[in-house]
Amino acid sequence: MDYFLQQCINGLTLGGVYALVALGYTMVYGIIALINFAHGEIFAGGGYMGVILLSYLASKGLMDAHPWFGLAFALILAMGYCAMLAMAVEKVAYRPLRRSSRLSVLLSALGMSIFLQNGYMLTQGVYDKAYPTAFTQGGFNLGDVRVSFMQVGILAVTTGLLILLNLLVYRTRIGKAMRATAQDKIMSALVGINADKVISITFAIGACLAAAAGILVGLYYGSVRYDMGFVPGIKAFAAAVLGGIGNITGAMIGGFLIGMVEILAAAYIPHGGEYKDVFAFVILIGVLYFMPTGIMGENVDDTRV
Amino acid sequence: MTRGFRKSWRNFALALAWFYVLLWPLLGIRDGELHFDKSFTVWLRVAAVATACFILYRLGRRGVFNPVLEPAGRLRDAVADRLHRAPRWMLLAPLLLFALAYPLVTNRYAQDVAINVLVYICLGLGLNVVVGLCGLLDLGYIAFYGVGAYTYALLSVHYAIPFWVCLPICALFAAMAGCIIGYPTLRMRGDYLAIVTLGFGEIVRLVLNNWMALTGGPNGILGIKPPGIYLPHFAGGSLSFEYLALRKLEYLYYIILLLAVGTIIAVHRINFSRVGRAFEAIREDETAAELMGVNTFRYKLLAYALGAIFGGLAGAFFAARMRFVSPESFTFIESAMVLSMVVLGGMGSIPGVILGALALVALPEMFRQFELYRMLAFGGAMALMMVVRPAGLWPAARLGKRSDDAG
Repeated sequence: MDYFLQQCINGLTLGGVYALVALGYTMVYGIIALINFAHGEIFAGGGYMGVILLSYLASKGLMDAHPWFGLAFALILAMGYCAMLAMAVEKVAYRPLRRSSRLSVLLSALGMSIFLQNGYMLTQGVYDKAYPTAFTQGGFNLGDVRVSFMQVGILAVTTGLLILLNLLVYRTRIGKAMRATAQDKIMSALVGINADKVISITFAIGACLAAAAGILVGLYYGSVRYDMGFVPGIKAFAAAVLGGIGNITGAMIGGFLIGMVEILAAAYIPHGGEYKDVFAFVILIGVLYFMPTGIMGENVDDTRV
Repeated sequence: MTRGFRKSWRNFALALAWFYVLLWPLLGIRDGELHFDKSFTVWLRVAAVATACFILYRLGRRGVFNPVLEPAGRLRDAVADRLHRAPRWMLLAPLLLFALAYPLVTNRYAQDVAINVLVYICLGLGLNVVVGLCGLLDLGYIAFYGVGAYTYALLSVHYAIPFWVCLPICALFAAMAGCIIGYPTLRMRGDYLAIVTLGFGEIVRLVLNNWMALTGGPNGILGIKPPGIYLPHFAGGSLSFEYLALRKLEYLYYIILLLAVGTIIAVHRINFSRVGRAFEAIREDETAAELMGVNTFRYKLLAYALGAIFGGLAGAFFAARMRFVSPESFTFIESAMVLSMVVLGGMGSIPGVILGALALVALPEMFRQFELYRMLAFGGAMALMMVVRPAGLWPAARLGKRSDDAG
């Protein structure tokens, strides 16, 4: 039982990260019906910005003096960086293709993904880059279940961002504009919403969440790599599909579910650890085959972004 | 100095500034210091090239190059017209002769590159059946290449079955894999299909990587036999056959040339057959095709299996040539590379795919010192190609609007 609870905690942690990345996929898909292949790379970009900024701060001794301030600083800067990156990608590779076939946009997205991945490789090197992790150690026991501070931190940041996102989408003008554009681009343009701007902002928000996920993953596993975005990207996409693509709540639930399934399958199925990446793909294929609308598929029209 | 002119320059300057902001943190913050020199050098180079391109583009928009471009365009049309009217063998015969004579006039290195190009031509043409003709975006195509390679590797190592017997078996296994993967996935729409095929491709690679008992895991399989032939040998009045292993690079070149030419002929025949028309109908408008009596599911499965067969054949050759296989050769990047060949060359166009394979395999060999930037250029070229020239370098003759085109 303790083992099970322990795995559940691990699964929740991982699921929170997937949920953050999945939101970017689902929002972009909801608004322009594009699988944003480069989103996994934005996530990796967040991880890299985290390691760059935290190493810099650590070398100045700031991380020992004010670890929380340093983390928040790195998180916000990385989110800003990734937002700029995603807006640039959207402007360069997707906007000119708004009227061409879906295949073209998809290939262009794939091209951007390869481009960014190799951009990281060329500028940051082929090998893993280690996070300064001195301040992430430690944890506490809950009964016999070990919970690290990092896991609590990940869950706290994830929950906070999810609440912020919900407020943004459902309580602000820009959120309303996003929902309107997702529902009907022409009508929303007629009432004075600048669709290009809204799409750009959607990319930026998705990128912010992915950047946060990138830093959290980097801190949790202790290192980043140039191709770290690929597999989590697909898994997060699987989460978005599982939750019903285009649906924000669905993506959150899907993310946590995928994280749980992956960890529990790795823990309980023999040889599960070796094949843990397979489970997400199998879920993806299964969901697309048996219920392509996903868990939250029914109210797709109301809650789409 | 119109207002639009000034605005476009302002946007251009803004884009360059934006690029610097994105570039600087990746290059400039290291070892606890802030550096500006390296990132600025890189930025300056990119900015210079971009500015030159932008000036040329602006000038082209104003019609400065028209006196040169118009006669050039007329000349190109005239040449194309001549070529079109000439009998096809007059064009193909010299090409084939060149291909046959190639190992006689070149060194080992050039032959090695040529073999690579031909392998990728086979792969590109196979994928072309799926993506170009049938319009199904397959991001896991390299899985079939892997199935072919491992099939030959296992049969050769464990049962010592000769290469030529294995070829059809590899094709069969790849086709079966194509059907197994295709059956559950082919009901999905374009972009869902893409991501699911990607998932299947990764599953195949993970299985190859983890099934230690069968595939040797990450260590791969060693000791695969090269293709061989039996030469008739007369000795003492009796006829016997002598086994000759075709290890030399020239022999391998001719084998893959044979495979590539076979693939080209097969894909050409498919393209202009009843089946090919059904594929194109599905690509243009699936619902309409179904209404016209095309069994879309069966034809999509067929396209998948056909594409897989060519991938499997190329895979068998790859294993025989390397005499070693490991899962590392079948990663997603390989799929993306084959796909970018098809896209770069022109989807559905056979000469286009050949051109794409040449461009993506042979060109990087010429720019060896920029080896590191190869994949970067790939990705960039893929996105750029979609924006600037979505039909490819050598577009297919018949290419209509797809049913899910916006607008």
